[in-house]
Amino acid sequence: MRRALALLAALALPAAAQERRSGFEEMSRESQAMQRDDTANPGMLWVLEGEALWNRPDGASGRSCASCHGKAEVSMRGVAARYPAWDEASGAPIDLAGRIRQSRESRQGAPALARESEGLLALAAYVAHQSRGEPIRPPDDARLDSARARGRALYAERRGQLDLSCAQCHDDNAGRRLAGSVIPQGHPTGYPLYRLEWQSLGSLQRRLRGCMTGARAEPYAYGAAEYVEIELYLAQRAAGMAVETPAVRP
Amino acid sequence: MARVLLNIPRSARPGEVVTIRTLIQHGMETGYRPGADGEVLPRDILRRFTATYDGAEVFAAELSPAIAANPFLSFALVATRTAPLVLRWQGDNGFDQTETREITVAP
Repeated sequence: MRRALALLAALALPAAAQERRSGFEEMSRESQAMQRDDTANPGMLWVLEGEALWNRPDGASGRSCASCHGKAEVSMRGVAARYPAWDEASGAPIDLAGRIRQSRESRQGAPALARESEGLLALAAYVAHQSRGEPIRPPDDARLDSARARGRALYAERRGQLDLSCAQCHDDNAGRRLAGSVIPQGHPTGYPLYRLEWQSLGSLQRRLRGCMTGARAEPYAYGAAEYVEIELYLAQRAAGMAVETPAVRP
Repeated sequence: MARVLLNIPRSARPGEVVTIRTLIQHGMETGYRPGADGEVLPRDILRRFTATYDGAEVFAAELSPAIAANPFLSFALVATRTAPLVLRWQGDNGFDQTETREITVAP
């Protein structure tokens, strides 16, 4: 009976939800092993760095992240799985890296960390790492709906000299090959993640920029509202999938 | 100080072959790449890695510009007796880092 109910529940899911695959599944076994082993996953170097930054007092306030938030293992559990979220201060959606920058400036009185700087990546990786294994849970906040809808439109919008949209590869042709590589479904489960191609940790915005320049479109500047809108839509699209931060990708 | 990730067994039986795995944060700039301004970035790589166990060098590696950033090195050694394992990375621009871990050997 219980099995029958579970089957019914599975059938009730939309088709797309049943077939969703993390990019992890498309990787070689060697890359998967690298991600699984915390002493072989280079992303853990940034997590260690982020832990040090979390506990280091900085700025005019002389406070560290830990001064207010305490132990990240407790206070940050599941937080990254809820981002991007609504920001009361700016009246706009904000992503995790944006929230960390904002907290540093307004609460710590510390100099802003540039987008994609080592310090911001390390803190974002450390915070997101606390949500590893948690399902992505986009906030049920009506104020995010219009931005999410814009993100969905941006995802479907053809761009660049190649006249390609995100959807044409990551929805219509996911699982097929582009040159030698399998096209992943593009779920943002492991950011910031260590890309072997980058030989470094990078954010989802860097990944989005990579796809845009790949389609020979002009990417938006780091921190642009358009990225946060796309991130919102992608989080909705990946709702329920487990956070992997720091993931490894080829 | 560069961050390191080390996978070293804390204890082993006498004569046991143990695998040591090391990962160090380093950009391994090749010396062949142009930067954003078009100028070639000067080389900055790790040149040598050595592992010393119980006073004897048990493993060494010469690193070259073709090796990826954040080099991962793995090797095996025979645990003979309780002794420190000293890992040392040396590189360009005076890079020199040493990490020491004790391996306890008991039957």
